[in-house]
Amino acid sequence: MGIAATECLLEMYDERRSLEDYQKGVPRWCTGCGDNAILAAVQRLLRDEGLRPEKTVFVSGIGCSSRFPHYLNTYGFHGIHGRALPVAEGVKMARPDLTVFVNTGDGDCLSIGAAHWIHAIRYNMNLTVFLHDNQIYGLTKMQASPTSPIGTKSNTTPRGSYLDALNPLTVTLGVSNVSFVAQAVDWIPESLYQIVRAAYEHKGLSFVRILQRCPEWLPKSLEPWMQDPDKIQLLHHENALRVSDQLAMVYKNHRKHDPLDMLDALDIASDLERIPVGILYQNKDVPCYEDTRHSDVLRSDDLVRHGLEHEFDKYAV
Amino acid sequence: VTDSLVATERPTGGRPAIELSEHIVEIISDSGEGAQRCGQSFGSIAARMGNGIWTTEIIPAEIRPPARSVAGASGNRIRVGSGKITNGGDETDLVIAFNEQVLLGRVRDGELKPGATILLERMWRDHQLPDIRESYIRAYDRLVDAGYRVYEVPMETECRKLVNDARRGKNMFALGILCFIYSFDLQMARDQIALTFGKKSQDVIDTNVRLLEAGHAWAGDNLDFCYRIPAVPTTQPHIVTNGNTAVALGVMASGMELCAMYPITPATSASHYLSDVFEKVGGIVHQAEDEIAACAFAIGASYAGKCTVTITSGPGYSLKQEAIGLAVMAEIPLVVVNVQRGGPSTGQPTKAEQGDLMTTIYGSHGDAPKVVIAPATIEDCFHSIITARRIAETFNMVVVVLTDASLATSQQPYPRPVFQESWIAPPVDQSPIPAGAKPYDWDATTGLAKRFIPGQPGGMHTVTGIAHDRNSHVAYDPEINMEGLRARSLKLAALQRTLQPPDVFGPESGDLLVVGWGSTKGTIEEAVESLQAEGKAVSSMHVRFLNPLPPGIKEIMQRFDKVIAIETNWSDDPNELIIDESNRRYSALATLLRARYLVDVDCWTEVRGRQIKPSTVRQVLLAKLEK
Repeated sequence: MGIAATECLLEMYDERRSLEDYQKGVPRWCTGCGDNAILAAVQRLLRDEGLRPEKTVFVSGIGCSSRFPHYLNTYGFHGIHGRALPVAEGVKMARPDLTVFVNTGDGDCLSIGAAHWIHAIRYNMNLTVFLHDNQIYGLTKMQASPTSPIGTKSNTTPRGSYLDALNPLTVTLGVSNVSFVAQAVDWIPESLYQIVRAAYEHKGLSFVRILQRCPEWLPKSLEPWMQDPDKIQLLHHENALRVSDQLAMVYKNHRKHDPLDMLDALDIASDLERIPVGILYQNKDVPCYEDTRHSDVLRSDDLVRHGLEHEFDKYAV
Repeated sequence: VTDSLVATERPTGGRPAIELSEHIVEIISDSGEGAQRCGQSFGSIAARMGNGIWTTEIIPAEIRPPARSVAGASGNRIRVGSGKITNGGDETDLVIAFNEQVLLGRVRDGELKPGATILLERMWRDHQLPDIRESYIRAYDRLVDAGYRVYEVPMETECRKLVNDARRGKNMFALGILCFIYSFDLQMARDQIALTFGKKSQDVIDTNVRLLEAGHAWAGDNLDFCYRIPAVPTTQPHIVTNGNTAVALGVMASGMELCAMYPITPATSASHYLSDVFEKVGGIVHQAEDEIAACAFAIGASYAGKCTVTITSGPGYSLKQEAIGLAVMAEIPLVVVNVQRGGPSTGQPTKAEQGDLMTTIYGSHGDAPKVVIAPATIEDCFHSIITARRIAETFNMVVVVLTDASLATSQQPYPRPVFQESWIAPPVDQSPIPAGAKPYDWDATTGLAKRFIPGQPGGMHTVTGIAHDRNSHVAYDPEINMEGLRARSLKLAALQRTLQPPDVFGPESGDLLVVGWGSTKGTIEEAVESLQAEGKAVSSMHVRFLNPLPPGIKEIMQRFDKVIAIETNWSDDPNELIIDESNRRYSALATLLRARYLVDVDCWTEVRGRQIKPSTVRQVLLAKLEK
């Protein structure tokens, strides 16, 4: 017997969640910090997708951005510096039924956790990874990060940083099994939300670099791009994102880009003058490591016992 | 060990076999010539005969050391006895060597008993290169002069009659010789070959059986001696494995589903074996990009409800320290296996040492209480993993299982485990969390809290490595910090309350108590037993739980006049010119016992990269008794 339509509707009403259902605590980020915008976009995603809080896990490392899980009413794992990705991989491998997000900063992901970043791309587990890139170490009070532009004056580089910034987009695009690479900026909420959502919908590891402002330590770093909308390049394609009319009124620089076109993606990612915003690369056919590794064998006590007895037989004397 | 020298009738052949209570046999060759396989097969056949065995791998440090080099000896050492054998024993009685150089290395290291029997490949005597011929003859003469009983065996020549590549068939020919010498049932040897080469074609099996038979026949025609080591077959079914295989079987039996690892000697063979068989029971071995990732991956999986194991050795264990501290702080169950090897740094990767006890108990910064279990036997490697998983999940703690290269690579028969459903981890709890419950609701007495697992409705919270309160909220309040530290510490005491005092091997009181932990158990007890047989008031105590230490230890120690720890880690020799009581560094267990119980525990240690010999322990104890 089916359920009455009214009952069904009532259930749906119960299941319906508002933004408040996903919010927790008062974020302790600085006023104007890009993390606030990312949190707003992600909370909106959770509500719009109706994700069940108990089935959702946010994993982070250490840094300003890694406080992220504390401000969500889901399960969260605020771990150690650089290791958010392997923790998240463990969660996903053990529990493919959980939706797993990763919040990691430029120091966390690209410096101390760089090995895990490269290999996470290669594993291509179904995780949504947000790289909160403010080009500086914030929590430890202003040291140069791998993405700090050359010449950045910081507490460890008082006469300016010595090295060219690392480009997380080209590096990520160069790793085998890469399946989703996008870039967003914290000050365009509409496209930020679009990209966060597309990343969530992608099956595989979605790597989203979000350029965000650090008003405390590096207030001027992104100013040229904020003040000149023409220095933002919106990527669009029928297989990717569309540029809304409102957005098009402000941001006039558009580029049609097929997310399957790797060479074009590398070309876009290498442009240091303009900030591309949108999906640089997406390949839905890359297998996920957890699918490759999980067998169809239904685990049971009996299965373990039989397997064990079979092994004991091999060593029996 | 005394040979009884009683000639008994041999069922086959005409010669009388000398009956022995035990013998130590070595098969050594250049790396890649199959001496390992020969030795392992020999051990397995002996175990099938009902003999006690202990096999020890002889491994060069390099994958392909130069051929015919003193440092390149690769092979296996098998101690065979009438009764149970608990350790590798003293010096070797009989050795088969594929060249004289690898043999010289063993002689140099003092591994051969004076007057030991040597069966030496003869081909080098007629080698085309004069250098090799001369080196062989020189070595041969030296060995004979030194009093060894040397038999030259034309292995190459004989094997060539059967196979083209004699270098690859010699090992089974040697096995045939050994089967003759020790009066083994040839059919059992054939069965063993079929099992060993089970994955290969019937052709390969037949060829190896022919080589075995040829070796057996050659020995019968040419050797003027043979032995018999009476077996005492048990009715209880036994299995023979090394410690790493036992660990892997323990992982399967514990109901764990995931193992995250990174390759490292001498731990890797456990993961190799698991990789081969784990999937059949729905398990997965994840080879991570590094040791830290392996540990973090395991913590993530454990956090999500499936207690996971990470298997490593010293250097890898050091790398995991920060992640282990996270699991301690967030109270996430985790099983870590540390197969100790020689340290510090890269140290001696293939060699045995017990150098990691302190770093295991006290490792990771801050106060990071964790459980440390040290299996003392190969059988115990199996059961310790099951115990470790249960403790980890009951107390939400990190449990480290400390084995070592000696246990990892040695083989021994032990009773076939009888499966119990209670070994297996329960299903992941997905029941709703009652309103008002807190993720760290530490019990006032035991410090225990019931963990909330992702998927449990109403349990949403963020675990953190930062100091936190009962709600898992970040808290820098001094009272809350103290509360968390207290709870995590009390859990160790709660576990300690459930432990039994260790058994005393021998009388409950006396002149001298020997204490040990881990792989030295068999060696210590053998030495102690021989002294007891001479009327000495010596007993021993082996500690399995190193953290927390079980109750009753102080009381046991106080019933003896003297206490000495025997370990395979460094301690200063009190006779050194600049060493005195104010600066002597004691061995790890001695330090722990002295600090905790205020008992004057002396120590004697040796770090030679191998098991201590029972005769050495015996000498040490005799000296201690006289002091």
